[in-house]
Amino acid sequence: MDIAPTASVPPPKAPPGNSATRPGDRIFLGLSKGSGITLLVIMAAIAVFLTWRAVVAIAHNEGNFLTTFEWNPNANPPVFGIAVLAYGTIVSSIIAMVLAVPVAVGIALFISHYAPRRLAAPLGYVVDLLAAVPSIIYGLWGALFLVPHLTGLYQWLDDYLGWTGVFAYDGGAARSLFTAGILLAIMILPIVTNVSREVFKQSPKMHEEAALALGATRWEVVRMAVLPFGRSGVISASMLGLGRALGETMAVATVLSPSFLINVSLLNPGGGTFAQNIAAGFKEAGDLGRDALIASGLVLFVITLLVNGAARLIIARRKEYSGANA
Amino acid sequence: MEKPVITTPLPGGTLKQPRLPRWAPAGLAVLSAAVGVGIGLAADLASRVQWGLIAALFYIVATHVLATVVEGKRQAKDRLVTSLVWVSFLVAVIPLASLIWETIVRGVKVLDVYFLTHSMNGVITLQPGGGIYHAIIGTVEQVGLATLIAAPIGLLTAIYLVEYGTGRLAKAVTFFVDVMTGIPSIVAGLFILSFWIIVLDFGYSGFAGAMALAILMMPIVVRSTEEMLKLVPNELREASLALGVPKWRTILKVVLPTAIGGITTGVMLAVARIAGESAPILLLVFGSQAINGNPFEGAQSSLPYYIYEQWANGNEASYDRAWAAALVLIAFVMILNLVARGIARWKAPKTGR
Repeated sequence: MDIAPTASVPPPKAPPGNSATRPGDRIFLGLSKGSGITLLVIMAAIAVFLTWRAVVAIAHNEGNFLTTFEWNPNANPPVFGIAVLAYGTIVSSIIAMVLAVPVAVGIALFISHYAPRRLAAPLGYVVDLLAAVPSIIYGLWGALFLVPHLTGLYQWLDDYLGWTGVFAYDGGAARSLFTAGILLAIMILPIVTNVSREVFKQSPKMHEEAALALGATRWEVVRMAVLPFGRSGVISASMLGLGRALGETMAVATVLSPSFLINVSLLNPGGGTFAQNIAAGFKEAGDLGRDALIASGLVLFVITLLVNGAARLIIARRKEYSGANA
Repeated sequence: MEKPVITTPLPGGTLKQPRLPRWAPAGLAVLSAAVGVGIGLAADLASRVQWGLIAALFYIVATHVLATVVEGKRQAKDRLVTSLVWVSFLVAVIPLASLIWETIVRGVKVLDVYFLTHSMNGVITLQPGGGIYHAIIGTVEQVGLATLIAAPIGLLTAIYLVEYGTGRLAKAVTFFVDVMTGIPSIVAGLFILSFWIIVLDFGYSGFAGAMALAILMMPIVVRSTEEMLKLVPNELREASLALGVPKWRTILKVVLPTAIGGITTGVMLAVARIAGESAPILLLVFGSQAINGNPFEGAQSSLPYYIYEQWANGNEASYDRAWAAALVLIAFVMILNLVARGIARWKAPKTGR
């Protein structure tokens, strides 16, 4: 007798928040909602605290924060600017993208459409594992193995392309922005491959089979049925990779010998990135030095937010698209 | 019978298109490898990379030309792309294989029981000796604390998103979890630095590092748990609710046990991910040569930080230690990954029907 009225009171799909009528439910909803809010609070706190310290630092800065080619926050008067760091971060990430994305798309296609069936699953697995290798190990390998092995390649580039200025190389250790870019490319390869592969796998089988039935070659199938479907997925995968490349700290810190100059040549040592500069300069930094590093970290935070947000928006739009398609 | 017979003679005179023999790609690969080595030896090119590039280039061009002659333009293009895809795969495999190989070969040199059970306290960096015991303790404590903070919050958030969330709050949380996934580790470190160390004026400690690691871990846990909860069939929830079980008990007793395998996997993968983070440790835990078992007070070390520190010392003995520590770290991360994936496969929720 008791059960019937209580069961009939809430509508089949109760609006959230009202459904928690029993104390246990209310507590549980409160806990889980509270956790969600905690996440939002953390994000807000990151923005607030970084901005606060950045404002403190910039208020003391005697140079222009955006255009000064110097980083001397401990000097009197303190002078520092992010021009070199912004340049280095963007250039090394672009190099990484240019090198990694075509290869990653190639590997993703290889695993999803070209590799012998028996090889494909283990390969995907290996790529997954490689994505888990810590960045400091890439850094160690980059500094002790990659750098010595690149001098030959750089000499060769200098011989044939040195006249452009961009590929001029004066010899010496290959600890340049280009090396950082190559290492970043190797690091983001597994991630970009993973996401692209997932997208390629989901491409509609019907389209592929239709294309095959019309006599298309494998490449024509890929070009007409797989790539158009996967394009936005590849774009967002690359942006996720870009986000990782922009914020990568240790791998860049180990292979780059930094300086506060913008070098026309990509192969000669010099330059720096936001994250590398923070890692390299932190231990020597005084109070204002730390605030200055936090200010540069804020810029990095904003850049990665924009890149990741854009990537997510593209993915979200694709979801709607494929949903309508299904 | 008017049969629209194909009167135009096909190239070769049959319906079948002429094709390269099945062994052609393999044969060409061997040939181009020979050409690469030959040219490399003849021109005395020092770098093996150049040999490889020459071979790859020769392979691509030769395949294309041969296929154009024998099979026609469209097939040639197909073969060109196939060989490009294969070459890009090989190009990518080389550095990654080299990374693993170097770590193993150089790592085993000083890796022994002594290395695992001693700290760097009192060891002169120029000399061999010392170990990673203090770093292992640091890593275990920091990652453990981070997991204690991040796993419950991440789990509950995912439950909120899947089981309760429909409104604007849920949308905001979903979006910011996505964005949070992309926060560079150094920025998480800087946040804790400004908040915990500069503003609240606490000292460097393992706990400060653990907080930064927790920030990096939360979004990963939320994402993977969310995916797993979504896989739990709705019929289970409905059956439980229909029996009059309160929603919270339904979640705890029906939904979570069904998804527990996937959730464990997600948490373990997140642990593997943060165990390799060195940037926040550099900023917040500061590094130490001695054993410090108390994560709430004083500087500690950690495996990734130890690798960085030894590399920065810049001498052979330190490099050896760095490689050995790298091998330990990679083994730890890989084992976590393999076990996690094993659990995922073993306890996969049955979504059939």
